[in-house]
Amino acid sequence: MSDKGFIDVQGVSIQFATRGSIVQAVKSVSLTVQPNEFVSLIGPSGCGKSTLLNIVAGFAKASSGQALLDGVPITGPGSERGVVFQQYSLFPWLTVRKNVEFGLRMSGVARGKRESSARTLLGLAGLLAFENHYPDQLSGGMKQRIGIVRALATSPQVLLMDEPFGALDTQTRTVMQEILTNMWQQFRISVLFVTHDIEEAVFLSDRIYVMTARPGRIKAEVRVPLPRPRMAAMTETPGFMELVHKLKGLIREESIAAMGSELKSGGLTGFGMDVGPQGVGQLL
Amino acid sequence: MSAEAMPATDGPIIRYFEREKLDEIAAPAQKTLRLPFWFSSDRVITVVSACLSIGCLFVIWYLGTRYRINLFIRFQNIPTPHEVFVQAGEVIGSTKFLINIGMSLERILLGFAIAIILGVPLGLLTGRYRRIRELVMPAVEVLRPIPAIAWVPMSIMLWPSNESSIIFITFIGAFFPILLNTIHGVEAMDGVLLRAAQCLGASEPRLFWHVILPGALSQIFTGLAIGMGVAWVSLIAAEMISGQFGVGYYTWEAYSLVNYPAIVLGMITIGMLGLLCSGAIRLIGRLTMPWLAFAPGSRK
Ligand SMILES: Nc1ncnc2c1ncn2[C@@H]1O[C@H](COP(=O)(O)OP(=O)(O)O)[C@@H](O)[C@H]1O
Ligand SMILES: [Mg+2]
Repeated sequence: MSDKGFIDVQGVSIQFATRGSIVQAVKSVSLTVQPNEFVSLIGPSGCGKSTLLNIVAGFAKASSGQALLDGVPITGPGSERGVVFQQYSLFPWLTVRKNVEFGLRMSGVARGKRESSARTLLGLAGLLAFENHYPDQLSGGMKQRIGIVRALATSPQVLLMDEPFGALDTQTRTVMQEILTNMWQQFRISVLFVTHDIEEAVFLSDRIYVMTARPGRIKAEVRVPLPRPRMAAMTETPGFMELVHKLKGLIREESIAAMGSELKSGGLTGFGMDVGPQGVGQLL
Repeated sequence: MSAEAMPATDGPIIRYFEREKLDEIAAPAQKTLRLPFWFSSDRVITVVSACLSIGCLFVIWYLGTRYRINLFIRFQNIPTPHEVFVQAGEVIGSTKFLINIGMSLERILLGFAIAIILGVPLGLLTGRYRRIRELVMPAVEVLRPIPAIAWVPMSIMLWPSNESSIIFITFIGAFFPILLNTIHGVEAMDGVLLRAAQCLGASEPRLFWHVILPGALSQIFTGLAIGMGVAWVSLIAAEMISGQFGVGYYTWEAYSLVNYPAIVLGMITIGMLGLLCSGAIRLIGRLTMPWLAFAPGSRK
């Protein structure tokens, strides 16, 4: 367990210039992830969650404000920040084990050493039997598990996850959440987890930031006082359900607002409905 | 609704069925008894189709020359399969014929190798960097539509020897398909793979070797296969016009010497060599890219 891995996002705003007009995606967002903390970021789709995560990952630059890792400004991608993507991102030309070894290989770890650490990690994730398979031979859930293992192999200080289970079916997703919480329990690193699934956020997190509809701002910060380790059975406890209920209320307002801004540009006119942004809330 | 069709209202809400043992599910599929390949009906169909396909050509050729058909198309001067067979028997052991084949292969391999050495790295860089693309593509777009055969006179003037000018023309034929397919392979790559590699600590040079090259490899091999075809077309044309030795030269010389069976023999030799070369590329491709065997695709 280390005291490294402190993410500090300070007043970040992001604008995109698209064919003449400027889109404000994220507006003065500040958030932190403490060392070894599991923090989720939820909000309606299109509110700028991925954009914000990309800033922390170093794939994009903030228009103003900055993101720091352990006090050092983030300027580009780096192996101290592991990233798990929503799309499957395993290298199809490498076997499962070589995929896991990739980061170690880039940092010049000797072959024998990286082979044994990759096998150890795959063993922990229950995937050792598939070490010589190619990604195209595996199911979606397995690919994402390997994606997580690959990101952990370089012993990063933080793990950034952008809806990693978004493409999976509900059953697989629930199992993956349990696997992830167990893995996190073992590795104890800081996690910034993006999702639009409220139960998922509550089940996994210590803290949850709720974002508003575009332009994305932080609307609320919710502490999750559920005990660790988390078990699947907890999702049926009153404490869990109450939190989910509260968050649903917060998100619902924003989803309606998000739809409303789409309606402004004529989203429902084709249906012969005459509702403006204010009207939708009453309609639903 | 009759009483029988009504759902049962008594008994347990959930009825459990015996679950298969987990390890049975996880166990690999039983190895089925494999028949030798010539027994399996699938193989038989493959082989019969191939024979039919080539047999048709022979039948048309045989009938055309047997009855000397002269309906717009004139078979009167075309040698019969038998004449060509005799010619092949005479020539195949001769060193002169073997030298012709050897020379053509050498020219192809040299021109093709140079096209790979220049085309693939240039294609990778052009696909990756906008600035390089802006510099390279205009020249490529201007030169690409010129068929390699049109380069023959220019090439003879440019290069000191006959040999080097033929190799140059072969190179030109192979170069553009290789270059353009490599560029396309890089451009079509999923950006998430690049980002994944970057946040695993891959520096830009390593990104090229470990991600961009393997990611574009299948498209590069498409370029190699097309390039090999065009290289043969270019080589044969160049040999016919300016060559000494080579199967193209052999074929053209046969026409000048009114040795008609040799023309057909030359054509068949060219076809077989071309087939051999593209088969080699496909084989090398399959060996270097074993993962493609599992890639989702639409081929039936
Ligand atoms: N490269 C870009 N250019 C222009 N607009 C973008 C770009 N990336 C994202 N956006 C816009 O910014 C907003 C936030 O996007 P995103 O971060 O992907 O949302 P989320 O992940 O919360 O669904 C969206 O409205 C999207 O259209
Ligand atoms: Mg997103």
